[in-house]
Amino acid sequence: MADDTIIQVIDLYKAFGAKAVLTGANLTITRGESMVVIGGSGSGKSVLIKHMIGLLKPDAGRVIVDGKEVGALNETDLNDLRRKFGMLFQGAALFDSLTIGENVGFALKEHTSLPRRDREKIVTEKLDMVGLYNVENLKPAELSGGMKKRAGLARAIAMEPEIILYDEPTTGLDPVMCDQINELIISLQKKIGATTVTITHDMVSANKIADTIAMLLDGKFAAVGKPDEVFASKIPEVMEFCYIGKVLRETEAIYKRN
Amino acid sequence: MSLISSLGAQIIWAATATGKAMIFTWDIFRWIFRPPFRIRAVFEQMQEIGYYSVPVVAITALSTGGVLALQSFIGFKRFGAETMVGTVVAISMTRELGPVLTGIIVAGRAGSAMAAELGTMKVTEQIDALYTLSADPVKYLIVPRFLAATIMLPVLVIVADSVGILGGAGIGVGTLGANPIIYMQKTFEFLKLNDIFSGLFKSMVFGAIIGVVCCYQGFYTEGGAEGVGKATTRSVVISSILILIVDYVLTAILFGEAPGGG
Ligand SMILES: Nc1ncnc2c1ncn2[C@@H]1O[C@H](COP(=O)(O)OP(=O)(O)OP(=O)(O)O)[C@@H](O)[C@H]1O
Ligand SMILES: [Mg+2]
Repeated sequence: MADDTIIQVIDLYKAFGAKAVLTGANLTITRGESMVVIGGSGSGKSVLIKHMIGLLKPDAGRVIVDGKEVGALNETDLNDLRRKFGMLFQGAALFDSLTIGENVGFALKEHTSLPRRDREKIVTEKLDMVGLYNVENLKPAELSGGMKKRAGLARAIAMEPEIILYDEPTTGLDPVMCDQINELIISLQKKIGATTVTITHDMVSANKIADTIAMLLDGKFAAVGKPDEVFASKIPEVMEFCYIGKVLRETEAIYKRN
Repeated sequence: MSLISSLGAQIIWAATATGKAMIFTWDIFRWIFRPPFRIRAVFEQMQEIGYYSVPVVAITALSTGGVLALQSFIGFKRFGAETMVGTVVAISMTRELGPVLTGIIVAGRAGSAMAAELGTMKVTEQIDALYTLSADPVKYLIVPRFLAATIMLPVLVIVADSVGILGGAGIGVGTLGANPIIYMQKTFEFLKLNDIFSGLFKSMVFGAIIGVVCCYQGFYTEGGAEGVGKATTRSVVISSILILIVDYVLTAILFGEAPGGG
């Protein structure tokens, strides 16, 4: 394993009952890289990233993060490893009983000794970054779907983690907001040098933020590479999936030439 | 054959669930003694489980005490023992009805709410989110509920005992024409401290049962809103049945008195 590898998925198998979801998935993610995982609905993308943060245990195979095998860690070490992560859940998973401010500031309160005023400042700053204003005292139930998603995003980045897992960050957002979130993901990667793993169905966003795109197909990665390489793939399922991405690239190229 | 295999499957399911519940209980105890302690969360849950249950517990105890006085009066009159009504009400309430009724009421009122809330958190991935934020959900969510239930049940039983005895006295004196001084004297004449303490001890165990069962059901909920509904129902049914079984066992083993003895 090269020194700059931060996450390595090795021959990962996972089934739920009789349903095999991952059947020998392999993936290597480099420190500071923006990895975008694409794949059909139900192909196991969320299941994959849950293995990275130790929410699910592999049936077979290994996931190695920062040199440690996630599935083999004891409780304390796993908790320490998780501090390196921020995760946005597909359904946001905000705590219903806490306000948005308390949600975003959760890890700050639990794991730092910052005084309340400093924590509140950071919370407001992160909420600003995702385009949410004056929502600190609202409960999650009072927000729209897209707003919840963005609040979840703010919670994921509150501690400026080394590794950020985004499960469909732009789903359910309007195009302007989509763009803002894409920019945010790129700027976080640049600014704090975060490694990001983004699941998305949105090829515009994939095209924009990815250093590498990996497509999950039938439990394995069918195509992994730079956006151009993946968009040029000859595998029919990948071609179908990446059609928009390819058109986008070609249009950009024409636009630049003129 | 299919009967046997389905019975076998049921037994395996029950054994697995029991094992998982035991590990879960062990986990709770492990976290209780590990700092930092979430005192505020415990108080919040004590309010939720205990304080808000006071009205329904009091109403139930009041009517139970009253009916008990009425019924035992009817029976005792047949052999001229009407003066013993207060005694019977006091002993029945403190030893048995106070703890068991309170246990079942709290299981239905607060236990079901615990299971539903935790179950919803489970199916909406809020529990997973706690893990990702390096906050152990057992410590963060379960321990405060378990402690609050275990602490508050005896407190509620003190309320139930007192109100029940008062209810009995109300009916005894008000409707059945007993002399208030004699009634109260009879109430306490044969009441032993052990009657009260055995009831309080049992109720503490019932509180622990409610805490473990309802949290377990919530924590392991699967299958969306439907799953939450099922978990909620199961939490009430299982904790109520366990309360009744454990009540008998504890009474027989710890607090029985030798037949014919004092
Ligand atoms: N906890 C679980 N129990 C049982 N089955 C599960 C569980 N989690 C996921 N699955 C199954 O695994 C498969 C992959 O799920 P996953 O959530 O990873 O899909 P996905 O690729 O993220 O899809 P989408 O794009 O729709 O979010 C699905 O068929 C799902 O039913
Ligand atoms: Mg998903």
